[in-house]
Amino acid sequence: MTSQTDPPEPATQKAETGSNWTAAIRRAVEHRLPWDNLLPDRQPFFVGSWVYVFGVVAITSLVWVIGSGVVLAFFGPSWWHVSGIGRFVNSIHFWSVQLLFVFAVLHLWGQYFMASWRDGRATTWVVGVVIFLAALVTGFTGYIAQQNLDAQWIAVNAKDAINATGAGAFFNPLDFGQIYGIHVMLLPIGVTVLVVLHVLQVRMRGVVKPIEPDAPKPGDAATPSSAT
Amino acid sequence: MSGPAGSQAAYYRGIPTVRYDLVKEFVVAMVVSGIVIVLLAGALSSPDVPPLTIQAWAQAAPVDFVTTATAELAGTSDSALYGPPYTDGSDSVQSIGIFDPQQWLGNSIHLDPPQDFVLGPLTYASVGNAALTSALSQYDAADGTSQQAWLSAYTDGLGTATAQDGQITVAAGDYGPVPVLMTSLLAEANSGGLDGLLLTNGQFFATDYTKPLLFMGDGQYLTDLAAAQHLTGDQWGVMNETGQYPGQTWLWAFSMLYQLPPYNSDPNADLLVVLTMAVLTALLVLVPFIPILRDIPRWVPVHRLIWRDYYRWRRSRSSPGSD
Repeated sequence: MTSQTDPPEPATQKAETGSNWTAAIRRAVEHRLPWDNLLPDRQPFFVGSWVYVFGVVAITSLVWVIGSGVVLAFFGPSWWHVSGIGRFVNSIHFWSVQLLFVFAVLHLWGQYFMASWRDGRATTWVVGVVIFLAALVTGFTGYIAQQNLDAQWIAVNAKDAINATGAGAFFNPLDFGQIYGIHVMLLPIGVTVLVVLHVLQVRMRGVVKPIEPDAPKPGDAATPSSAT
Repeated sequence: MSGPAGSQAAYYRGIPTVRYDLVKEFVVAMVVSGIVIVLLAGALSSPDVPPLTIQAWAQAAPVDFVTTATAELAGTSDSALYGPPYTDGSDSVQSIGIFDPQQWLGNSIHLDPPQDFVLGPLTYASVGNAALTSALSQYDAADGTSQQAWLSAYTDGLGTATAQDGQITVAAGDYGPVPVLMTSLLAEANSGGLDGLLLTNGQFFATDYTKPLLFMGDGQYLTDLAAAQHLTGDQWGVMNETGQYPGQTWLWAFSMLYQLPPYNSDPNADLLVVLTMAVLTALLVLVPFIPILRDIPRWVPVHRLIWRDYYRWRRSRSSPGSD
């Protein structure tokens, strides 16, 4: 349908969208994360190093963790103790968690020795470490939610460290209902959101360049490269 | 080129690029990691040692069960003396100077071990049981001094008690109604009834295992089972699993601190360990902003291994005769 009024002048259009939150967000996303950055089909040749695979495998392991976890949550916490298929799904959950942490640790150390926070990437590092911490808590609640001897013992012992901080007043590892809800819903959502944010941060700025002997020190984290 | 896409082009200027398929890499990684996980799951399964029940505990170690229950009734068990968030005691309260968060947040669960673990369940069982009803009445009517005298003498007697066919035999003594109470509680536990009664909360649904777990934790039998599975603290148990399976190995630093002085002998060890880990975690999060920590990667030539192709390329460009 054609409007009877004349189209606004470009300056007018800019002024109108300038106060429009939706348009402002769209412009910010388009500016910070164009498709060429989000899904590039070319990369600097040094990305061929195996160290870059660690983060990818950590993410794929997380996908397996969540996928198997969804099945376990659907059938309920007692199912895998009495069902052969359930035990197999739990085993997938168990080993994908192990694989996740192996590659998350490799990724973390790899990024440390690459000083990947350089050239304005400090927040990417910070979010990455926070993901690791959130994954630790998720793993911890998962071990308590197993409903077996290991879960009993971990809960009974872990309570002392939690209580010593005062957190036991609202976070009770002996309360299966509380721990299970946190493990199957709150923490997975939090980890997933943070991982998506982390990947977007990496794609926004690209991978960091190799350390140059004559370049600014790796600690120049908050200072974007002069080339950017 | 302007904007971040152009910024990346400027950032990598002078560095050759190669075709790279991120999506294909991700899909291949999904498949390969999936195959590895499924093979591990199929070949090694996963740990699942059945949980301990109050019934199994009472049947396997009746003297330990009754000794624990007697301590609960006397108010001398670990849980009874624990302090926040379970009771008003102070035995397990940890603080550093004026930093006392456990007391600050207070007793939120309000556990009453004599009532919750012994007298309450026995009251349920006393219906139609004249001997137990009488014993409960006698115990309730006695003053605190008499109750503690009976319980103390009975605890001493349990030191030489024997067990046979789920029953215990304690040397004769002045125990008042305590033997009737304890044999009744043992029978209730042996039948499995106590497992359910410790979960009751006045509502139909129950998912809070605080009471049965604290009760079992006060005994020795659960610890013995854990030690047999190398799960106790001195066995670095926090990072172990039952059987030969890997546990939370990523908690190695947390577990290691408990083995080292001053943590391994300090009454505030848990709080000290948690605070130490909090500081170490903060350092890890803030590495990009902390001199020395952020400079180590430059000094340690691991990056030379990671990017060896890049440095080889760089040397070839700077060597005489290269273009």
